[in-house]
Amino acid sequence: MAFELELISPIEVAKDVALAVQEYTLLSAQSLANFFRRPLYMGDMLQQADLIGVGSLPIVILTGLSVGALLALNAASTLQRFGGITLIGQLVSIGMVTELGPLITGLMVAGRNASGMASELGSMIVTEQIDAMRALGTDPTKKLITPRIGATAFMLFFLTIIADLLGLIGGFAVAHLIFGLNSRQYWTSVWQILVFRDVFTGLIKPVLFGFIISTVGCYYGISTRGGTQGVGRSTTQAVVAASVLILIVDFFVTKLIFAIFGYR
Amino acid sequence: MPAPTLPSENPTASVASLSGYAIEFDKVSIAFDEKVVLDGISFQLARGETKALFGVAGSGKSTLLKLAMGLMRPDSGRIFALGEEVTRMSEQELFELRRRVGIVFQESALFDSLKVYENVAFRLMEEKTPAEEIERRVREVLRFVELEQTYDMRPSELSGGMRRRVAIARAIITEPEVLLYDSPTGGLDPVTSNTIVELIVKQRDVYKTSALMVTHRLQDAFTMATHQFDKATNQMVVLPKGQRCEVPLSFLILRDAKVIFDGDAQQLATSRDEYIREYIS
Repeated sequence: MAFELELISPIEVAKDVALAVQEYTLLSAQSLANFFRRPLYMGDMLQQADLIGVGSLPIVILTGLSVGALLALNAASTLQRFGGITLIGQLVSIGMVTELGPLITGLMVAGRNASGMASELGSMIVTEQIDAMRALGTDPTKKLITPRIGATAFMLFFLTIIADLLGLIGGFAVAHLIFGLNSRQYWTSVWQILVFRDVFTGLIKPVLFGFIISTVGCYYGISTRGGTQGVGRSTTQAVVAASVLILIVDFFVTKLIFAIFGYR
Repeated sequence: MPAPTLPSENPTASVASLSGYAIEFDKVSIAFDEKVVLDGISFQLARGETKALFGVAGSGKSTLLKLAMGLMRPDSGRIFALGEEVTRMSEQELFELRRRVGIVFQESALFDSLKVYENVAFRLMEEKTPAEEIERRVREVLRFVELEQTYDMRPSELSGGMRRRVAIARAIITEPEVLLYDSPTGGLDPVTSNTIVELIVKQRDVYKTSALMVTHRLQDAFTMATHQFDKATNQMVVLPKGQRCEVPLSFLILRDAKVIFDGDAQQLATSRDEYIREYIS
């Protein structure tokens, strides 16, 4: 079997990327504008909220607890050397609330739901169901995409709060059971270290990540080409793109918030 | 071939006006990458007329139907549907127009997460029609396609032919002015194909809806040309010799991205074009 290597011009690649960015931006803008246009599919939004929010709860609980416990375990080995084991609560608190809670929850939900959205919409594309919906006089961006964006952003906000709380509980379990820190010491340091900026950072990120996960998942789904193989490709690309975009946006949002509120 | 009881017959919109065109293509071209699929296509579908569209696989027949509904945009040329210029309309304006046009997709394109009645009622539910009215009309069209027993079933539980009939029910529930059929008998066995053709004939003769039908099967179109639906016996019957069908039926053949034939059965039968003669032989 002979394989032929086809060289693709960098200009063509750049054009394709620019086109994809343009289409993604247009789709996102249109889907956001749909929140202010009738009809608003509240039933579909609630159904998606259940699928995304309640459905993701077990994985968020598990990762939240694990990350909090691991953070405490790793931090403790360093803190012990300097006799600062009592600071463990502060470290877990800052780490979970501002960074790891939103990030890990975002990545978990991206893995679970960006792929789900891409495969569901992709299958609808290849079986002409999206065309059928348009032919029946219904806007697929209103019926399918806007409810997913609203539901993901809304539910990720609450999932992140749950992950933060469970991370703190995981950290407490390690601090108390392994390093013998008492409950009052731990929870006081957890509470005292947090300032408005930390909570604001930790709660604005999941909304942005939810928007990224849903728009990227829907974009890859709706632009699926090439039958069932195309659906598989879209699903993989959606998870990769959403995860990378979350990491990039996380960096810039953190930097922006530091620029606005100042460093500690 | 026995047919079921007819739903309330209301042949209003389509026969009310036989003037003007239901669909008109004016020098329409479209290409995908380097491949030209349709090149300067022009034809008209008169109101109340049925036109059968032929061509080999990949000749752009399905693309043509999607263009007619504004589901795709041509590279050049103008398309009119029910007097409105599809090629100039925004997607939002097209949603309104599409409420007056029904389409049956090649693979039915039923929403697999919805039950049969939800599929059929989709447009009515979007229009916030009262629940009792929806149920009455869904049962009526399902009875029309002889599938009332599938009301609560999911598309995955239906055979290919049944799915096609549900798709027809979904397309006709709002009594559209134009119906577009994309290979309605494609991939079906001869018996099921005949059932579908009978349904199309019944729809044509009862409601007099304008229709554009893509098909690979010449015999389907000839059955439509030589039969009519008899309301008295509630079944499709052969037309008496020499008698023409009440609803005009014409043929359109595509080849190499162009229209090579546009005429009635008589003209098709007497065509001297070698390709057409081979096609119909």
